[in-house]
Amino acid sequence: MKRLQVDIRQRRPIPLEVGLHCDRGELLALVGPSGSGKTSVLRCIAGLHHPTGRIVCGGEVWLDDARGIALPPQRRRVGFVFQDYALFPHLTVLQNLTLACRLPGDRAREKARRWLRRVHLAGLEDRLPDTLSGGQRQRVALARAMMRDPAVILLDEPFSAVDQVTRRRLRLEMAELKRRLRIPMILVTHDLEEAEMLADRMALIHRGRILQQGPPAEVMLRPVDAEAARLVDIRNLFRGRVIAVDRAGGRCRLRWEGGELEAPWRRSIPVGATVDWCIPPAGLLLHSRRRPSRGVRENPVRGRIVEIVRFGGRAQVVLVPVSAPERRLHLDLPLHVAERNRLAVGEPVGVSLLSRFIHLMAPRR
Amino acid sequence: MDWQALWVSLRLAAWTVALLIPAAVFLARLLAWRRFPGRLALEAVIALPLVLPPSVLGFYFLSFFNPGAPLGRWLMETTGTTLVFSFPGLVLASLVYSLPFAVQPLLRAFQAIPPQLREAAWCSGLGPWRTFWKIELPLARGGLLSALVLSFAHTLGEFGVVLMVGGNIPGRTRTLAVAIYDRVQAFDEAAAGRMSLFLLGFSLMAVMAVFAVERRR
Repeated sequence: MKRLQVDIRQRRPIPLEVGLHCDRGELLALVGPSGSGKTSVLRCIAGLHHPTGRIVCGGEVWLDDARGIALPPQRRRVGFVFQDYALFPHLTVLQNLTLACRLPGDRAREKARRWLRRVHLAGLEDRLPDTLSGGQRQRVALARAMMRDPAVILLDEPFSAVDQVTRRRLRLEMAELKRRLRIPMILVTHDLEEAEMLADRMALIHRGRILQQGPPAEVMLRPVDAEAARLVDIRNLFRGRVIAVDRAGGRCRLRWEGGELEAPWRRSIPVGATVDWCIPPAGLLLHSRRRPSRGVRENPVRGRIVEIVRFGGRAQVVLVPVSAPERRLHLDLPLHVAERNRLAVGEPVGVSLLSRFIHLMAPRR
Repeated sequence: MDWQALWVSLRLAAWTVALLIPAAVFLARLLAWRRFPGRLALEAVIALPLVLPPSVLGFYFLSFFNPGAPLGRWLMETTGTTLVFSFPGLVLASLVYSLPFAVQPLLRAFQAIPPQLREAAWCSGLGPWRTFWKIELPLARGGLLSALVLSFAHTLGEFGVVLMVGGNIPGRTRTLAVAIYDRVQAFDEAAAGRMSLFLLGFSLMAVMAVFAVERRR
């Protein structure tokens, strides 16, 4: 198994304590706010920083401070795509690629041309980097990273320096490349959408520690704690108290802002515990104002609309619950639903917090 | 025109540049990318000749290297020569005196190279030596050219240090700048004028070349 296994610690320049792995053909997204240490993790893997701990790639030990092993970047087979691409400005596109390859001249050039065709840059071999567009530079950087036949690909915010249209296209290309490459890939990003779109697994990093890792849907919808929830931009994040548990049914009752909600129960949560809980905007069901349905009895909450943002065929609606004027509930509806129900700021509405979408986080220790 | 003095000057400048540039490249890279104790002191020592009177440098040179001083005596006993009033002595003094003119442009050039480019080179499999030849030096070529021109021209125009360290020995230590002084002393204004005009023209061209290089960067 060509797996990259990373267990590292360092105090400076920024504190890190990170354990992660990435399998062959897998793309792991390292997600976190700026300054969280995600780029430092990539630099440690590449050998540009020297933490303590162990880094093993496909059986090859790159770092093991206990055995005094710390290979320099040149001897770790990494393909690194830097945030601003770091193309050599005095070299042509072709030379940028051939320099990263130990093959003799003709064979290196042939290989470089092959990679340029693969990233749709055939014909630009003799151009200098500063005559290329952002998207083209990114592709050159990616092709250069591939020239070493890397054992792992490291991508440091590779889409941050291009416009939105280009970014969309490059992401699709990246998804295609990922399907064809049979090596571990680590993508550093602060863009959750990007991580969700490209990653097989996602690791949430904050203050140099990994808070949670797992499939993107899991991390985005089932955060381990309130801190993780905030990092993945969960807006419906509240605190309540578990007042009754139905162990057999796997359900519990949650007291929240004077009312009671039914929610799925997890074994680690005792009766009486104060817990953080969250629900995605898609887990809120709008009560039809014309035809009341059966769903209205599930965790009903009445409120008043304070904001509607229409965007991309959807309406993001914010409402204030009648029972909790300081709280805000965010729901996300297809635009036609919002229009059919004549939703407007100031209007009273009812919603159901669908029980199966409610996620309780383990109480703080 | 004192052709012999011009030849001494050109030889002195060529030797100085040939020895100085590699040392300056080493020092400039060290200062550009490394943090180490004593860095500030090293920077100050390198820049010192910019503000130090040449006679002070000459004085210390004579104090250390005259055959009566321990260092001078040791040199005399091991090699049978003295650096005082000799061409090698001139070269050594010129190296020190022209150091900032070579280091400063190189330092600026190396500092201007984004650190990611060197890291990208390492991550592309290039060792330190290949990174230096393929990435660092080509990107610092403007600074390198400035350093070459400035240290050559500065050495050509040296006067105080040369007079103190080398004296005024025709064919050995009498440079063009000293020859001008010599001619003025002898009221030979025509010869002094020709040599001065030559140095003026050469220096002007050198400075213009440096500006042109800087502008193109």
